[in-house]
Amino acid sequence: MIWNEKIECASRDEMAAVQSERLKQTVQRIYHNIPSYRAKMQEIGMLPDDVRSVEDLKKLPFTNKTDLRDNYPFGMFTVPMSEIVRVHASSGTTGKPTVVGYTRNDLNMWAEVVTRSLCMAGVTRNDIVQVAYGYGLFTGGLGLHYGTENLGATVIPISGGNTKKQIQLMQDFGSSVIACTPSYALFLAEVMAEMGIAPEALKLRVGIFGAEPWSESMRKEIEAKLKLRAIDIYGLSEVIGPGVSCECEHQSGMHVNEDHFIPEILDPETLQPVAPGEVGELVFSTITKEGIPILRYRTRDLTRLIYDKCECGRTLVRMEKCKGRSDDMLIIRGVNVFPSQIESVLLEMSETEPHYLLIVEREGTLDVLKLMVEVQEQFFSDEIRELEKLKKKITHNIQSTLGISVDVKLVEPKTIERTAGKAKRVIDNRKI
Amino acid sequence: MIIKQVSVFLENKSGRLNEVTKILADAEINLSAFTIADTSDFGILRMIVSDPDKACTVLKENEFSVKTTDVVLAKTPNKPGSLSKLLDILQQEEVFIEYMYAFSMQDEGAVTVIRPTRVERCVEMLQKHKTELIRADELYQF
Repeated sequence: MIWNEKIECASRDEMAAVQSERLKQTVQRIYHNIPSYRAKMQEIGMLPDDVRSVEDLKKLPFTNKTDLRDNYPFGMFTVPMSEIVRVHASSGTTGKPTVVGYTRNDLNMWAEVVTRSLCMAGVTRNDIVQVAYGYGLFTGGLGLHYGTENLGATVIPISGGNTKKQIQLMQDFGSSVIACTPSYALFLAEVMAEMGIAPEALKLRVGIFGAEPWSESMRKEIEAKLKLRAIDIYGLSEVIGPGVSCECEHQSGMHVNEDHFIPEILDPETLQPVAPGEVGELVFSTITKEGIPILRYRTRDLTRLIYDKCECGRTLVRMEKCKGRSDDMLIIRGVNVFPSQIESVLLEMSETEPHYLLIVEREGTLDVLKLMVEVQEQFFSDEIRELEKLKKKITHNIQSTLGISVDVKLVEPKTIERTAGKAKRVIDNRKI
Repeated sequence: MIIKQVSVFLENKSGRLNEVTKILADAEINLSAFTIADTSDFGILRMIVSDPDKACTVLKENEFSVKTTDVVLAKTPNKPGSLSKLLDILQQEEVFIEYMYAFSMQDEGAVTVIRPTRVERCVEMLQKHKTELIRADELYQF
């Protein structure tokens, strides 16, 4: 079923007309409400009236994650707090989270795009949807929750973790849809096997997986182990949350809800549009959001766009699975981790520049973060007890700042390879 | 009476200890005693050497993390009960030990390396009880 056929199957011209009108309003709203973005426009001599259609989008300045951080917490909101009915937040680069606010209309729009996504995935009101994304500041849980309710399907708001209980409810309630991160889906399959529960004994038929990168081979593995159709959903809190785009049953790219979010693909170096169909950095402009509308937000995700009509009948542009990042951000168990965050934790513990190396591995089905820290003189103590204490302190400080557990290993000075004066900070051994 | 012990951070991988000993050999530094404190992934090599300052310099030049720590070297007769007597004194005088290690030779007596929490008090108390302590100038004359 296509939830909103009129817009999801609109012609390119119809879509461009909708986008142009909405973009013009958004530019006005931002220009008159966000001083920092107005300054950026003034710097290049641009006025809101210079944006006459979606074609003018490429003239507008960019928004970066740092803009959100510099305006922490509510500086990018374009409505008074009395209009904001909810906030979400994601981890930031220096410990400060990135905060986003939603008006009542924003929440309705979000529910609409998630409902469309669920329909793309083949979910109907007869399904029982187990939402195993975390509920809370993270957008995953509540985003899927309200989209499911809006569709009229049954939602089981179990949130993340508690794996045995997840499986028990799947059995007892007959969940037909599971929404979680793809790595957690594999973990569920593993625990099910340990418990001696065959996937055929469950009613699962669709999985809505997102919040972290995953490959086609991982999709095959999940589909084989859980006996369901694994659908990729994409989103980021800065744009709205899950539901920015989602695959349909043909699993050939994620349809972008482009009447709300306009995608562009740019060369991350020159920031100019790439040739149609080429891979580049994905940039989003929201054109209906009220709480925190955002123009040309650099997602740092690398992908390409497909404008051909899909077999499902939708004309919404499709984006391929993300192929990587144009910055050094890692996504570990759904948590965004920047090496600079680890660095600042280590810096706080010593006077001089720490040398470290992050190694990400996938052990079984879960991502494991290992941190090698060189024991420079400032860290070295003659006593084992002190060194063990240091190890514990690093682990604890990272856990409390980033909310992620890390396996710390102390190594000798100069064991971490330095390339052209700059140390290599990250080795990602995950095959995803 | 206070001796500088040289401590080196070592990872648990083969060949690392030998690298340290080679560097010291090239610098013509003699080792009187050493011990390794180990955990699952790293260890600390503690050594009594003929020239601690030079040892530190050459090891640092080779990118090792090095530190000197004050220790006390107590010399006792090489016969049963000597260590027990030494420990009695320390216990009685409330000198607490972080760690210790020892070596002995047939006729030369036994030497115990002690890393007490309070080095000065350890020296004072052992001297009060007429325990023979090895002086830096004796040790470093090689």
